[in-house]
Amino acid sequence: MSRIRECFETARKANRAALIAYITAGDPCPERTPALVAALERGGTDIIELGVPFSDPIADGPVIQRGAGRALQAGTTVVRVLDIARQIREQSAIPIVLFSYLNPLLQYGFEKLAADAAEIGIDGLLLTDLSVEEAGAHVPALHRKGLDTIFLAAPTSTEARLAAVAQYSTGFVYLVSRTGVTGERQDLSSSAAPLVEAMRRKTALPLAVGFGISTPDQVSAVARIADGVIVGSAFVRVIEEHREDPELESKLEQFCHSLAAALEKTA
Amino acid sequence: MSTNLPDARGHFGPYGGRYVPEVLMTPLEELEKAYSEAGLDPAFQSELKDLLANYAGRPTALYYARRLSEQLGGARIYLKREDLLHTGAHKINNCLGQVLLARRMGKRRIVAETGAGQHGVATATVCALFGMECTVYMGEEDMRRQRLNVFRMRLLGAKVAAVTNGSRTLKDAISEAMRDWVSTIDSTHYLLGSALGPHPYPMMVRDFHRVIGDEARAQLLKRENRLPDRVFACVGGGSNAIGIFTAFVGDEGVRLIGTEAGGRGAGLGEHAARFSGGSPGVLHGAYSYLLQNGDGQVSLTHSVSAGLDYALIGPEHAWLHDRGRAEYTSVGDREALDAAVRLSHTEGIIPALESAHAVAEALRQAPGARGEVFVVNVSGRGDKDTDIYRENLPELDLE
Repeated sequence: MSRIRECFETARKANRAALIAYITAGDPCPERTPALVAALERGGTDIIELGVPFSDPIADGPVIQRGAGRALQAGTTVVRVLDIARQIREQSAIPIVLFSYLNPLLQYGFEKLAADAAEIGIDGLLLTDLSVEEAGAHVPALHRKGLDTIFLAAPTSTEARLAAVAQYSTGFVYLVSRTGVTGERQDLSSSAAPLVEAMRRKTALPLAVGFGISTPDQVSAVARIADGVIVGSAFVRVIEEHREDPELESKLEQFCHSLAAALEKTA
Repeated sequence: MSTNLPDARGHFGPYGGRYVPEVLMTPLEELEKAYSEAGLDPAFQSELKDLLANYAGRPTALYYARRLSEQLGGARIYLKREDLLHTGAHKINNCLGQVLLARRMGKRRIVAETGAGQHGVATATVCALFGMECTVYMGEEDMRRQRLNVFRMRLLGAKVAAVTNGSRTLKDAISEAMRDWVSTIDSTHYLLGSALGPHPYPMMVRDFHRVIGDEARAQLLKRENRLPDRVFACVGGGSNAIGIFTAFVGDEGVRLIGTEAGGRGAGLGEHAARFSGGSPGVLHGAYSYLLQNGDGQVSLTHSVSAGLDYALIGPEHAWLHDRGRAEYTSVGDREALDAAVRLSHTEGIIPALESAHAVAEALRQAPGARGEVFVVNVSGRGDKDTDIYRENLPELDLE
């Protein structure tokens, strides 16, 4: 069983959902990312999604766009992101999912990436703009290296598409809670629950819900229906607001604690 | 040579495809289905044909540029006059096709991107014609450079949304239009303006523009009783070029020549010449030649012509290039400006800056091509570029 699956299994036994935190590697600068990940882990994060910054992030709202901009400005490259992952792995066993748009990894080379990621101890890969159709050719190479491949399912996905997503995914499936880009929202979308139900019929893999989740109440609502809760923009916003603040790490940890406290699967 | 490309998944050889977030996959499948059904519906086809003829002004003239040809002393040059269409450029062909499709799909709202504003104006125009709500995304920098077109869009009833992130130009306007669409897909159609983006856009935009080449081919056969030796077009995303090339792809003796923006120099960021300066990559849903750095980040581009100022070339052009069926050259800012002046003085036709790049390439090649016939696609007229011409041609702007 992969480290990601074990992580969901541990959470399940504790009668709670897993907390998955996204941050952009290199935001505000590459040197600080390992300490930010450590803060998230102390704050109760189970899995880290380490974002590779891209110049044209079409699936992201303004907060993550700005995070990617800061990371690129600070000189973050794919090589540097892998180096950050290596530093994280030296200090922690937390599962790491590399979260990226396709083009930076395509230029790095898929085979090389699979080999290097596995050697570093990265656990999985999620590519925002790589559909199951186009990914088919690359998936076996990643699986051979023991990497999980996580695909997205959306409220717009047809039954046939959900089945294909289930077929190619390992580790967990990322359910996009609503049609739109990443970013915090006041209310949890009503499309999340039906999507979880539809996907449950297709796969026994853990299901994690993301997009628009930023408050303990929203975390609690998702924890009741899914195996994992994904929070991204809200963490990136904390990093943005406190990036000049020496207390950034402890602020991030505290905020993460407030979310992690809401993961119980109450009866 | 086969023209029944792309394949079922939108690939032209290795290029094209559908590289988008999952949330857009089903809407794109629905669009593809609606488009293929419309293609078989005689009512759709006849309405489009009627609008192209009686609203847009098709067929456009194929004009023999006698004075220009005689001065150059080589090839006989014909100009395909897309600049004479309603709204001043070929863009209206595709906009009419897509707005009919949007209506057929029950959409009430259109989003679009624009660089120089020509596609934005054409989109605002067809939305006015069909009573659709319209939002056009335009980079803040382009809004400043093309103030007149911003006002024209507003006069036509469209909302022009300023894009303030990234480089504030066309690339960022496309990203922002896609983000809008992803959030509003139930009500909204994304009217993409070039032969770019995820499948089915490159195919659909090509098909809506292929009337350019079909007309030019028939007009030349009638007039000269022969095919052209060379066909010229400028290539940003590549919609006017693919529109005129497609009719000739099967005619092996006809050379197809696409001209990219050479900008102000050969360094990354100074031009938009994807074949000489780029390598295959993915941007905005398609795999094609892309200007990027070694780490896969998309480069900034430069051209005096906003319509050619984009980092990725349409995927079908990448395939035509690799197969050697079309040739691609580049022309710099200064040479394009000079070609515009020459066409204006010699033939009384002020071309769009984009089209001036194709004219410039024809000017280069004509003297050595005695006995040949050239067709140059004048994709748009130059009125929108008056301010840029004035800035760059101070010798003509004396008080």
